[in-house]
Amino acid sequence: MTALLQRIRPERFRELALVVIILALIAFFGSQIPDFASGLTFTRISTSVAVIAVLAVGQTMVVLTRNIDLSVGSIVGLVAYFVGTFLTRDQGINPIVVIAMSIGIGAALGAVNGLLVAWGRVPAIIATLGTLAIYRVFLVEASGSRTVTTDKLPDWLLQLPRVSLFSVGDFDILPLAVVAVVVIIAFQLMLRYLPFGRRLFAIGSNPEAARVAGFPVQRDVFVAYLLNGGLAGLAGFMFLVRFGNITVTAGQGLELQVVAAVVVGGVNIFGGSGSMIGAFLGAVLIDLLQQSIIRLPGISEFVRDAFLGLLILLAVASDKVILGRLRALAARARRQQEEERLHSDATGGLGSGP
Amino acid sequence: MARDLVRRLGSWEGLLLVLLLAIVAVNAVSVPGYLGVQNQINLLQLNVEKVIVVLAMTMVIIAGEIDLSIASVMGLAAVLVAWLTERGVSMELAIVIALLAGVLAGAFNGFWVAVVGLPSLAVTLAGLIGFRGVARLFIGDRSLGGFPDWFTGLGQHPLLGPIPFAILAFSVLLVVAAIVLQASGFGRLLYVVGSSPDVARYSGVRVRRVKWSIFIISSTVSAFAGILLAARLGAVRGSTAEGFELDIITMVLLGGVSIFGGSGRILGVFLSILLILNLRNGLGLLNVSGNAQTGVLGALLILSVLVPNVARGVRGRLQARGGRSLPPPGRLTEGAEPSPPVGG
Repeated sequence: MTALLQRIRPERFRELALVVIILALIAFFGSQIPDFASGLTFTRISTSVAVIAVLAVGQTMVVLTRNIDLSVGSIVGLVAYFVGTFLTRDQGINPIVVIAMSIGIGAALGAVNGLLVAWGRVPAIIATLGTLAIYRVFLVEASGSRTVTTDKLPDWLLQLPRVSLFSVGDFDILPLAVVAVVVIIAFQLMLRYLPFGRRLFAIGSNPEAARVAGFPVQRDVFVAYLLNGGLAGLAGFMFLVRFGNITVTAGQGLELQVVAAVVVGGVNIFGGSGSMIGAFLGAVLIDLLQQSIIRLPGISEFVRDAFLGLLILLAVASDKVILGRLRALAARARRQQEEERLHSDATGGLGSGP
Repeated sequence: MARDLVRRLGSWEGLLLVLLLAIVAVNAVSVPGYLGVQNQINLLQLNVEKVIVVLAMTMVIIAGEIDLSIASVMGLAAVLVAWLTERGVSMELAIVIALLAGVLAGAFNGFWVAVVGLPSLAVTLAGLIGFRGVARLFIGDRSLGGFPDWFTGLGQHPLLGPIPFAILAFSVLLVVAAIVLQASGFGRLLYVVGSSPDVARYSGVRVRRVKWSIFIISSTVSAFAGILLAARLGAVRGSTAEGFELDIITMVLLGGVSIFGGSGRILGVFLSILLILNLRNGLGLLNVSGNAQTGVLGALLILSVLVPNVARGVRGRLQARGGRSLPPPGRLTEGAEPSPPVGG
């Protein structure tokens, strides 16, 4: 155990544990649900996870800085609706323009959150609870409760969820899933190697220390919200692609799923630790449960939410109890290693001395 | 004394009072009979459940925690009452059981926060999803009703003069909350725990017990309010009380209670309740839809924090320029240290 802890950081254990749990669940569902291990199941879950995963990546950045963004569900709905309406009016718009527009609208809405939190010093939960309501209200008012329907959307958009880029056995890899994977990898690399990514951790661990150290804390928090908004805009476009029919309630409650995914994925809600991979695994776990529990024979679909609540709780509790202990063990193991090295250095030094 | 009065008026509560009077004045001028007792009672009647929970939420936030699960607990209690009576359980027993469910939900939340030490934001977010899920387990997608007359009358039938039971209950709870917060030992503990749990612990306060009790209080009061909601609506669905947390938290924070805990008074919260009810009513009279009213509330929630922050910033800057006082230490270090390039 100590030898293992000297090599692997405790946080990695959590990601490993998530992978094991996900595999176990797949095996369990596979044995209980007829036709579970099919291409159809994979397509269904991968398209749904794709949207949540992109949102979880953005949310992770914000949560790392010890903040939260509860408005993403409303941003997704707003972007999906407006871009959808735009497309129904003029079907000939270049897809690139459509995607850029989605990200742009999302980023603008995210910037409002960022301004309020970073420079207005409004606590994140208040600011984004407020914009959650305001963005949604704006959507309902501006739309006049009309609905975007698939029959008026351009063909390329409707075909997008059905196109298979390539197949692995029965499993078709769809464009939405590829977009999500690219986003996850890009932002994980950013988090690990760019100064901005490293600063997010520093800000979340100790905002005061980060400020005293001269980090542009306010600007970084703002940028985190801006990027999160942009990703929510992208997710809004993906939402439109996935469903086609968009009502004014589109995306409602998505923020809860996303925060749940992030928390289950081991991103500390008090900031300072977490990874995109973890958030992604959290998204997969939650979505797998949500999509599959209802297919279990003899189980009411209403068990789902009760179960999800419990899962979040257990994830946070295990983070606190088990990971806390693992961290202590790892620290001890590292100290032991250090001492051994010092010891051998000392004896080695004596032996080779003049 | 006079100075004290000026300070009071310049305070948050003074501002709320001025705003409230302005809104009431505008409404009273544009609508005849607005100030009538019956109209004010109607106003309160339509929101009495939320407003009752606001009182409990005030305590939770003063103690430095948050409870996002309140609306789901309200829904759960409402569903339980309906489900049990459908099964032939007597109304009285159903109410007791629903209240007990509230106590249990609070003990559950409190356990994870106080004993295990998890952040209340995460715990009650899980509660928000989970308790709603439990409620749906009972009711599915049906709608249940058929309550006895005395029960549905709790929210509407005048009991004392023109006042129905629900508003009477709110009034009693308002007084209780004021006494607990402003004049009891437990209330003082809430403020101490809210401003600094560590200081509280080192001073011998049983922080765990205090935290556990506020979550039990919060959920029990929410269950009570949920039962009243079931009575007033006459029918319960799985989505009953969904989304109430925004209104409730807005009322508390607009009342001058700090989200970081340790400060706030029931007077401010009471004024903010009246302010929001009259504002919603006034907007309704101006034909602003319920949906847009929610937007106004959201904006109000943000502004209630943003405006004092900006004002403080401007005042600080003015003072620094006038040289009347030194800038606060935070700004001093910020200015003194040039930002070094940050390495990865």
